[in-house]
Order: sequence, then structure tokens, then C-alpha cells
Amino acid sequence: MTIPEKAPRMQSTKPSLGAVLTGVIVLLIYAAVFLLEQIVPPTSMLFTVLKKGATYALVAVSMNLLNGFTGLFSLGQAGFMLIGAYTYAILTIPAESRAVVYQYYDGGLIQFALSVIPALILAGLMAAAFAFLIGLPVLRLKSDYLAIATLGFAEIIRSIFQWDKLGAITNGSNMLRLFPTFNDFNLKNAQGEVTLYLSTTIPFLIAGVCIGLIVLLLHSSYGRAFMSIRDDEIAAEAMGINLARHKQQAFCISSFFAGVGGAMLAMYQNSVQAKSFTSAMTYEILLIVVIGGIGSVTGSCLSSFLFVACSEWWLRFLDQKQMIGTWEVPLLRNGFRLVVFSIIIMIVVLFFRQGIMGTRELPDLFRKQTEKAQKGGAVK
Amino acid sequence: MTGGVKTILELENVTMQFGGVVAVDSLSMHVDKGEIVALIGPNGAGKTTAFNVVTGVYAPTNGCVKLRGKIIAQGHPTGKMKKLYAGSHIGEYGHLVSSTPDKITEMGVARTFQNIRLFKGMTVLENVLVARHMRMKAGLFSAAFHLNRQEEKRIRQESLDLLYLLGLGDVADEKAASLPYGKQRYLEIARALATEPRLLLLDEPAAGMNPQETDELSDFIRKIKDDFKLTIFLIEHHMNLVMGISDRIYVLDFGRLIAEGTPEEIQANPDVIAAYLGVDEE
Repeated sequence: MTIPEKAPRMQSTKPSLGAVLTGVIVLLIYAAVFLLEQIVPPTSMLFTVLKKGATYALVAVSMNLLNGFTGLFSLGQAGFMLIGAYTYAILTIPAESRAVVYQYYDGGLIQFALSVIPALILAGLMAAAFAFLIGLPVLRLKSDYLAIATLGFAEIIRSIFQWDKLGAITNGSNMLRLFPTFNDFNLKNAQGEVTLYLSTTIPFLIAGVCIGLIVLLLHSSYGRAFMSIRDDEIAAEAMGINLARHKQQAFCISSFFAGVGGAMLAMYQNSVQAKSFTSAMTYEILLIVVIGGIGSVTGSCLSSFLFVACSEWWLRFLDQKQMIGTWEVPLLRNGFRLVVFSIIIMIVVLFFRQGIMGTRELPDLFRKQTEKAQKGGAVK
Repeated sequence: MTGGVKTILELENVTMQFGGVVAVDSLSMHVDKGEIVALIGPNGAGKTTAFNVVTGVYAPTNGCVKLRGKIIAQGHPTGKMKKLYAGSHIGEYGHLVSSTPDKITEMGVARTFQNIRLFKGMTVLENVLVARHMRMKAGLFSAAFHLNRQEEKRIRQESLDLLYLLGLGDVADEKAASLPYGKQRYLEIARALATEPRLLLLDEPAAGMNPQETDELSDFIRKIKDDFKLTIFLIEHHMNLVMGISDRIYVLDFGRLIAEGTPEEIQANPDVIAAYLGVDEE
């Protein structure tokens, strides 16, 4: 063998070309969102898609952290989103609005209001705290059993939050509303006219910071430990990785960000009601993760925007009668959108088995090309 | 051996019973510091089960395992097993002790697997880095916010050095699953060495290798034993390898220890020959 026994000294860590390009692309996206928001009228469907897409991207990445990177098949995402959404809403409803919101519960128990950022963090922490307690018994289970247990948990949480004995806090099965929403991020002048639109840029920033933190975590020693558990639990344990502790950490961190995502969903919807956090919501997110690629953060982000755009915007025309000239297009009626949507999903799953991105990330796409260029050069 | 001979690993009457099957029956043995000890036996003799008891995958049904004099696993039949128990020794191993595999690895025992168990989705370097995780000081938050750059850089360099030392330097950035079979075996050993073990357990390291590769592996095992000041305990079927490098050999058959001794003694032992070749029934 002619391989040298001495490793080359590592260079000072210079960011790779792929990383730099990725940074540039992300910045460009933010600039574009900001500019679009100033130019395009705020009622455009585009912003609905961007806001909901950013929210779902965060939740999908948090689910991917668990399902794709740690190999824990959990279906509790909607439950943790619900906890986050409620925590956020309960803590931020202005004191003067509480009498209106909690009209059946004498204005509710809590009579103070936090500002948005601390409430978002508390929403995450509350979800993580629940995850910690549930993780103690549930994380001993494997694969399908874990999925069933977490799914059950999400259903139980949904019922508990609708229980009228807790109404003084959760408002029972009534809606929570009048808390700060995305639209409150717009800067207004004294007359109430909007001077600077930020109602899409700020959600993008919140989701971006959270996803950035998850990416940093995945690139740390703990991220590698999580992936080793996914690849081979027995070998990971033999390499000194404490399975119980690391699974618990992954579960809590994932739930933290699901909680923040839930709070963002509350802001997007302008109101919160426990009954909307059904298992169907978890499946939507699971679908986003699968379509994007299990184990790819980029894929989850990309597919959440595609998913939301398809379900909210691009396919809407299928639900109404459409005329081409004098000819009425057949089949188009309310609900037909979902049929087409399902067919598209089947096609995606059939032809992109690994999802859109597989396990690749944005920087990998550039790396491949530069490597190819280098190899091509060497051959010549 | 010069100086005080120190026992690193000691098994006392270890019995492992699954349901009605006694996989390992009252196995007592020891591995001393700086030795290469082999455990051999026909297929299904209970060798890997013995390994799994030592590394904490199974808690022994009866008996105890000591690492440097400290009990790491101890058990006696309880509950249903009390009635079922069919081992030949039932001992005075009072309170139950069991350590999880990660704890045992932390105490300085590393292992490789008979059927290679690499982290297939990760690169060769990352496979080694995972094994370093346990020895890293940074907590979850300082690691997640990348506040431990110095440490991260140091372990990357160390892991790369280790890969080069074992002849895997040129494939450090390739996916572990894409390596040829022989290199995967070496990577398993590299990964085990990265946990900074004092005792290395090799489960059939030469499985699937041709005679030339097996010879190379013998030299390699001797080399890492000296370089890393290891004690080695291995399971192997290739008799050339076992007879060539072992200081002592234990022979298992149907879960029972049937012989113990130097390679020469084992080769001359009639019980061993009978176990391997079968006995003429007369």
C-alpha cells in the first residue's frame, strides 16, 4: 500500500464554495421576500403561501430531525404544535382583550401578556417539557410502536386542551384570538397606514433562525451521534453513545421547534382552536418530509413551500367551473383539487423514491459539480 | 511476562440462558494485561453470546463479569428463570448488576462486530468521529452553537491521523457503505480504537478474508496491540490466525469450556479435536 501514514495537517477552516453559495442563495431569498412584500399587494395568495410555507418548513425540519436524522419514527408533531400554539396564544393575548376572548370563563385566569419573542421561546420550552415527560416511557419503544404511542399522545393532548375544566386557561373548546399575529409585524405610522411591510419577512426570519440552529446542531458532534443511532443503534451504543439520553435530547429539541412552529401557525391563522390540530396535520407534515427527502433539511424546506403552494394556490382553479371559450371543462368541481393533488403525490413518491433531495443538502449540489469539474480537468 | 501480571477481564461462572437454551454454560476465564487471547469453537458454541455478555448487550443469567477487578455485570436466576434454569452452576451472586454497552465502552472496552455494523449513511471520517463523541467535553448547547471549535478541530485531526495510521486516509471522505469489504473490516477496528480502549474485542475479524489478507490482518493486530498498548480478546475461525497470534486460547463447545491453554496445547488436545472433527461412534 502506498498510502502515507501521516495525515496532512488540516487547513484553517475555510468555508467551502458550496457553503458560500448556499449563504448567498439564502440571502437572496430573504432579499426577494422583503422586496416582493413591498411591491406586491399584501392580499396576494403569494404571501399566504410564503407565511404558511415558512411555518410548515420549520415544523417539517423539526420532524426530520427526529424521523430522518435520529431514526425515531414519531407522529406526535401536531400535539407539540398544539402545545406551542396554545402557550403562545395564552401568554400574549393583551390584558384588555381577555374579557372578550374568555367570555365564558370570566376573563380567564392569566391577566398579563408577554411580548412575542419571549412567548415564542416559552412555547418551545413548554412543548419540550411535555416531550421530556412523554419521552421517559415512550422512547423505549421502537419504530411502529413509538409512532402509535406518540400519535396517541397527540390525540390525548388535543382532548385535554378542549376540556372545559381547564377553560380558565385554555378557553375550553372555544377559540383563542386577538393575540399578536404576523400582520402586527408591519410597521405603521400614527394614522394606522402601513409604512413598511414585514408580515412575511419576520416569519421567514424566525423560521430561518430556528432551522439554522437545527442545521448547526446536526453538524456538531451531537448531530453525528443522532445519525449514528439512525444508522445502527447497536453499533452506536457500542461506540459509547448513551441511547436513552441522546434519544431524549433529539425528542425534546425536535418538540421545542415544533412548539415554536405551532406558535407561528397560531400567528398565521389569527386564532387557535385545539380541534384543528388533528393527526391529519401530522400526516401533512410527514408527507412534506417524505416528499422532500428523509434526512434532508433543504428538501423539507423546499417541499413545504411546494406542498403549501399546491394545496392553497396553484390547484385552486380545479375546484371551480372553468370555461375554455364556450366549452366547460368536465370534472372540475369542489373537491377535485384533492384528487389531482393525491395523484401528484403518488407520482412524486413513485418516481422520486428518495424524495426530491434524497439525503443531499444545498451545498452538496455545488460540491458535486466542482468535484466533477476537477476530475474532468485531471483526466485531460 | 514481566512485572505484576494484571487481570483485565475476568468471567466467573457466566451462564447465559435464553428460554430453555443454555447458550453459554458456566464459563470462567480471564484475560491478562497485554495478552492476545482467543475464544474458539464450532458454530453455535456460544462465542458471540459470551462477547455480548462482556459488552453489556446481555445481562448474564448467572455469574459475574469483572473488569479490572470491578464487577460490571452480575446476575442469578430470578422469576421464571428460577424454574427453567439449566446451567451447571448456580452461584452466590447476590445483587444484580448490569451495565449498558455505552458504559462498558466508556470503561475502556471496545468491540467490533461479526457482521459488519458500520454507520452506512456516514463518511469514513464521521464513523470515527462518532466514536470520539463520548470522550468530548462539550455539552449539548456549546456543541450546537459551535462554541467548541478547538475541540472539534482537534478530534477531527486525531481521527484523521488514526485513519492514515490504519491505511484508510485516502478514503476518509467516502461513504462507509461504499468501501470494499476488507476496508470495512479495518474501519470497524479504527472506529473501535477511536473510543480509546484498553481491551479490544474482535468478533471474527478475518471472516470473509482470503489467506493473504488474513496474514496481513495478523500483522496488523500485533501492530495495533503494541502501538495502542492494548489487550486483545478475539473470536476467530481461521486457525492459522488464531494459532499464530494468540498467547492463550479458550475452546467452547455447546456453551461449555472444553479446553484452555497455549496454541500448542490446544492443537494436541483430544477433546478439541473431537469437538471440531466429531467422534467416531462405536
